[in-house]
Amino acid sequence: MNLPIYLDNNATTPMDPRVLEAMLPYFNAKFGNAASRNHAFGWAAEEGVDYAREQVAKLIGANEKEIIFTSGATESDNLAIKGVFEMYKEKGNHIITCVTEHKAVLDACKHIEKLGGSVTYLPVKSDGLIDLAELEAAMTEKTILVSIMHANNEIGVIQPIKEISAIAHKYGALYMSDSTQTVGKIPVDVNADGIDLMAFTAHKMYGPKGVGALYVRRKNPRVKVTAQMDGGGHERGMRSGTLNVPGIVGLGKACELCRLEMGEDAKRLSKLRDKLQVSLTELEESYVNGNVEHRLPHVANISFKYVEGEGLMMAMKDLAVSSGSACTSASLEPSYVLKSLGLSDDLAHSSIRFGLGRFTTEEEVDFAIKQTKHAVNHLRDLSPLWEMFKEGIDLDKIEWAEH
Amino acid sequence: MAYSEKVIDHYTHPRNVGTLDKSSSKVGTGLVGAPECGDVMRLQIEVDDKHMITDAKFKTFGCGSAIASSSLATEWLKGKSIDDAMKIDNMDIVEELALPPVKIHCSVLAEDAIKAAINDYRVKNGMEALESAKSHH
Repeated sequence: MNLPIYLDNNATTPMDPRVLEAMLPYFNAKFGNAASRNHAFGWAAEEGVDYAREQVAKLIGANEKEIIFTSGATESDNLAIKGVFEMYKEKGNHIITCVTEHKAVLDACKHIEKLGGSVTYLPVKSDGLIDLAELEAAMTEKTILVSIMHANNEIGVIQPIKEISAIAHKYGALYMSDSTQTVGKIPVDVNADGIDLMAFTAHKMYGPKGVGALYVRRKNPRVKVTAQMDGGGHERGMRSGTLNVPGIVGLGKACELCRLEMGEDAKRLSKLRDKLQVSLTELEESYVNGNVEHRLPHVANISFKYVEGEGLMMAMKDLAVSSGSACTSASLEPSYVLKSLGLSDDLAHSSIRFGLGRFTTEEEVDFAIKQTKHAVNHLRDLSPLWEMFKEGIDLDKIEWAEH
Repeated sequence: MAYSEKVIDHYTHPRNVGTLDKSSSKVGTGLVGAPECGDVMRLQIEVDDKHMITDAKFKTFGCGSAIASSSLATEWLKGKSIDDAMKIDNMDIVEELALPPVKIHCSVLAEDAIKAAINDYRVKNGMEALESAKSHH
């Protein structure tokens, strides 16, 4: 077992060696521009891209013509939201999203507001799921797009996207899903799930960074987005720019491997995740954040009360995890996702996200359990809040000097 | 962000962790910060008849830099008179621990904790309360 152990697979995943192998020829031997239609170098590159497009489409139950390659999920989110807003402005100017979305969606929506659009940010319940009745109540005849993520990146809760898309369609709006955390991890089927636009990226599913895709439905209904970059009109005019052929080939291979292996991966990882969660919640005053039933198989977000996340991570020195504590950021604001579940700031500061992945072993999980428990106990020995809690002092009744 | 060696040393081997009897008239206790902000420091001093600090203890909820700042503060306090202890400046802590700008607030909190502990001792022993300890947030 090598240290440190990587348990931050929701931030990014290591590339599968089989993906790297598939990409390598496209850096040198097959270096052509996929848009060069008149010679063999271009054809070889185009062939690689076409094959990748099929591999990507197959994973999500789409037609290959519905795949628009981009630089990643952030670009895909921006293209979908801004592109729909521009394309459908005759029809309406209202977009619905929710408060726990990734910043790529939230900030694109803020941009829409500056352009005169109107955006509803749905709250979430304490388990992280939206209330479908609230969604339906927010729909208007001006609503052109509902953008609700498939699974959340911090807590892993999975939104009921079938029901969400059905509501969107009932009112004539499109449904867009930021599926960065789910494509390649759990089954996603654009037709069964009623998805009109969907953003995802290669580096969250054992592919390379810097390449992703936007699914854009072509039939029932035919969806169009206004391009956000001007240029050569690549990708059916929706995304100009010379195609990143090695990256796209890598995304394709990553999708193929996920299609074949994600079922087994998910089964194995959910067992390991459960083992981790059960062991760590044996610690007093530890809480799992978010719905545990509708949740990604490989994620657990746990708050260890009375210890601070960044200090905790420092004691978990052989583990690469992330925290909802904001001690590292200049704002000193803890995770907005955890806060929108109604978590108090101190619990948000005390949270750790464990993200398992394809290459995580049971030995690593056992080590992580041991080191995390040790770290929590060490920091609680140092924590005045833990001492006060043990003495039965109600911390909410103390007048803290906010600083 | 990488931590300095001194922060890691204090964090891994914190000096003077513990609790003094806060009801004793010889003990001054400073509790500063707030759980919502992600850091709370409790710093305690024990003072003899000559106003010399004979012991210091801390407990801190916070990041590595906050723990290191309070650990260092207890080391510096021992053996100082309460008047000299008042001269400990947060920038001394920043310098000693090589804290980056984003962690300066940890040193400010440690300075606050020192002043709050001294003030508590002074008030308990019939001395005038310190202006500066009342808060400069």
